[in-house]
Amino acid sequence: MDARFTRGKSPVLERALGRPRSELSLAAFALLFSELVQYCQRRVASVAELQARLARLGHHVGLRALDALVARERPGRRETKVLGVLLFVKGPLWRALFGREADKLEQANDDDRTFYVIEREPVVNTFVSVPRENSSLNCAAFAAGLLEAVLGAAGFPARVSAHWHKGTTLMIKFDEAVIARDKSL
Amino acid sequence: MSRQGGRGTESKKMNSELFTLTYGALVTQLCKDYENDEDVNKQLDKMGYNIGVRLIEDFLARSNVGRCHDFRETADVIAKIAFKMYLGITPSITNWSPGGDEFSLILENNPLVDFVELPDNHSTLIYSNLLCGVLRGALEMVQMAVDVKFVQDTLKGDSITEIRMKFIRRIEDNLPAGEE
Repeated sequence: MDARFTRGKSPVLERALGRPRSELSLAAFALLFSELVQYCQRRVASVAELQARLARLGHHVGLRALDALVARERPGRRETKVLGVLLFVKGPLWRALFGREADKLEQANDDDRTFYVIEREPVVNTFVSVPRENSSLNCAAFAAGLLEAVLGAAGFPARVSAHWHKGTTLMIKFDEAVIARDKSL
Repeated sequence: MSRQGGRGTESKKMNSELFTLTYGALVTQLCKDYENDEDVNKQLDKMGYNIGVRLIEDFLARSNVGRCHDFRETADVIAKIAFKMYLGITPSITNWSPGGDEFSLILENNPLVDFVELPDNHSTLIYSNLLCGVLRGALEMVQMAVDVKFVQDTLKGDSITEIRMKFIRRIEDNLPAGEE
């Protein structure tokens, strides 16, 4: 790490991990998110790149959200099974970040590595309308990056992508090793 | 596709953590994209300006406050209504200049900087500069040109965060050329 923190122990490290103290309005987040998307849009040349950028930002968020959340919601226990971690994602994680649980959690019929988290109206897309020429853009790519980081950090590496299907579907494809390990548990 | 935001006088609330983390991701990305802190500060200010320009409409629609008659009233509205509505905090107003055109907003806790530390190589970064842009943009849309800057910042070791706002002038609506 090339950053140095030499200012001594900061008071931030002493703070308890209690519930966040303030609630803020959805409008504030929506405005910030819109600026974020516009900023990324100015610097990329294609929809795929834009989604990749959003995913990277979501990744940054997900990594940091997991630790504090696990400490609050599941103290002393780790999720070791795929189903366990998925239910954790659908319930406590989504509730803590977005204020409500994800609508549905499904498994692909033919593939035991693939799961779907389905939301009719994701919070990040609340005030987003996509113009016709970019119709494949789904700003829930941010949520996909977030989820990928959370699963990766929890020990279940996966690829997560966002799709327009029944609203917004986040498709989670776990690595082979994860499923193999889960079968042996 | 019509969107009913469920707008009434109740605004939809959300947890501040996602907001804080998203802002952090944004600032980190900016630091990677731009080489120096000055550019990042400018970019944050510009983005804040864009947000402010849109935020003021949302604010006026939801809060039903009338036109402010002077800068003091403006300060009150900003601190007690606007900040509360969007960030869930109520800063206090102090340090009025003798002419009544400058004041300070003191924020005891700033949701943008929860769990944030500035590393040494970014000591000139004004992390919450977005707020300055937002205030400037929003007030410009209601015909007030102001100068907003951070005077103290908890991230840099001060005990509180202080934003100084200075009224510069009232912006007159300019009619397009040929219209008068």
